Amino acid sequence: MALLTTENVGIAFGGLQAVGHFDIALEENELVGLIGPNGAGKTTIFNLLTGVYQPTEGQIYFQGKKINGKKPAEIVGLGMARTFQNIRLFKNLTVIDNIKIAFQKELKYSALSAILRLPAYWQQEKVVEDKAIDLLGLFHMEEDAHKLAKNLPYGKQRKLEICRALATNPKLLLLDEPAAGMNPQETRELMETIGFVRDNFHLTILLIEHDMNLVMGICERLIVIDYGMIIAKGTPEEIKNNKQVIKAYLGS
Amino acid sequence: MERKNFQKNYLINFIAVLFLFGIIVMSLQMKLINNYYQGLLIIAGINIMAASSLNLAAGYMGQLALGHAGFMAIGAYTAALIGLHTNLPVMAKLIVGIGCGGVMAGLFGVLIGIPALRLRGDYLGIVTLGFGEIIRIALYNLPFTGGAAGLKKIPKLINLPILFVILVLVISFLFLFVRSRHGRALLSIKEDEIAAESVGVPTIYYKVYGFAVSAFLAGVAGGCLAYFQRALDPNKFKFMLSVEFFIIVVLGGMGSFTGTILAGLFLAFINEFLYEVDELRLVIYAVLLIVVMIFKPSGLLGNREFSLTASGRWLKRKLTEKK
Repeated sequence: MALLTTENVGIAFGGLQAVGHFDIALEENELVGLIGPNGAGKTTIFNLLTGVYQPTEGQIYFQGKKINGKKPAEIVGLGMARTFQNIRLFKNLTVIDNIKIAFQKELKYSALSAILRLPAYWQQEKVVEDKAIDLLGLFHMEEDAHKLAKNLPYGKQRKLEICRALATNPKLLLLDEPAAGMNPQETRELMETIGFVRDNFHLTILLIEHDMNLVMGICERLIVIDYGMIIAKGTPEEIKNNKQVIKAYLGS
Repeated sequence: MERKNFQKNYLINFIAVLFLFGIIVMSLQMKLINNYYQGLLIIAGINIMAASSLNLAAGYMGQLALGHAGFMAIGAYTAALIGLHTNLPVMAKLIVGIGCGGVMAGLFGVLIGIPALRLRGDYLGIVTLGFGEIIRIALYNLPFTGGAAGLKKIPKLINLPILFVILVLVISFLFLFVRSRHGRALLSIKEDEIAAESVGVPTIYYKVYGFAVSAFLAGVAGGCLAYFQRALDPNKFKFMLSVEFFIIVVLGGMGSFTGTILAGLFLAFINEFLYEVDELRLVIYAVLLIVVMIFKPSGLLGNREFSLTASGRWLKRKLTEKK
């Protein structure tokens, strides 16, 4: 069974059909790229999948359950996490607090045990603290744990955002232009990180990207959209030679 | 930092507070503080309490709430009515009255919060301001609030030591609350609501939750006011009172409870000298705010807290450096 399926999903803002007839199926442990020219509707699709926008037509199924109509936080609880095109960290909090907030659903203690500092508080906080440090360790960031997120260099901020998304224990990770603003060296590192994440956390990744080296290098399958419609699906090789895709990118 | 370290810090702070409490009781015994100054300190304490509660909503959660005088009024009237119409022993009356005042204000916080917190920034400010005024006008017209004349002969249950204990409880509650998963959720909302939602923080739930806790504590402050002043009328809870709390929060630093305490004491102190120029007071506040905004926009302490143990360590380091 596919992890995520969409059936004829679309959204219209007033008279403008931003996305239409969007049908995809993502299998487990796949790495799929979503590409298209600027303004094609890629981020809108992410917003539809994560519940930020409600589709005006069609159905979205995640792990067999229908998820349209659910709030973003509920969908995160079901196992879908995302990052943002323009990094959205909790800038004035420490790196470790950023991660701890994402561990929210693992903490169960009540407000009362927090205020009275009962054993439940100490235990659970300790567990989450250790988990957060371990997670940062996987990305070689444990030394930055107590720095403010805004003081990290750009590449690390990107990494931290992925880290934070992973802390929610997702089955499906949506990455919105993870390589935006990175130099070739950083992009190469990022490619390694993404591969590493998929293999270590056993998850499906759907990513939006403009950097074709990255996309062609690591994606197993590509979905190309233009003006909110899917114009091609297939392996990177097929997409490279697809006439419609070349036309969309270069004009006729 | 390990659990033991925290517990050591809690102990040090507890001893410091106990020491301060001892000083207050002693100086009252030895008549070092006369009734007039005791009154001033009590009012300062009540203002600090209300401003701290506002700091939770405005400083920690980043929501511009301008109706805290309204929540304070609800707490005050509830406590006053319980004080007037029940026959409980003094201590029980104090606890029940202030507790009920807080709970009632908290309930109104939920009721107002659910629709209002869908708005952001200035719009939320306008709506909470409106609700604050609605509460005040309602108090004028309800049958059991005594209208414009207000309530009189409320039993006097608050003195300086009791208020000090309540204030310590409120501030400790806030400190411990914000350093928990709930507090982190509130902070994440202030930092970036969309990101908070995207990592699984149910933002609407937490906004209402934080707002209700904030209203509850404002209600507690109101209850203290009722049991101290013995007379209430709706005019005490005008919009300008909410603004005063806001000024204290901004002066002390959004997100710093120790900053709120310092700013509250400072304002109480300068108010003493501004008594003669009554109307000009607000102008001077405004000038003060402008000066702070220019020279230290984050307020006295920014979002840091004054910590006894940290300053102890600092002092130690300075002393060893000298040697």
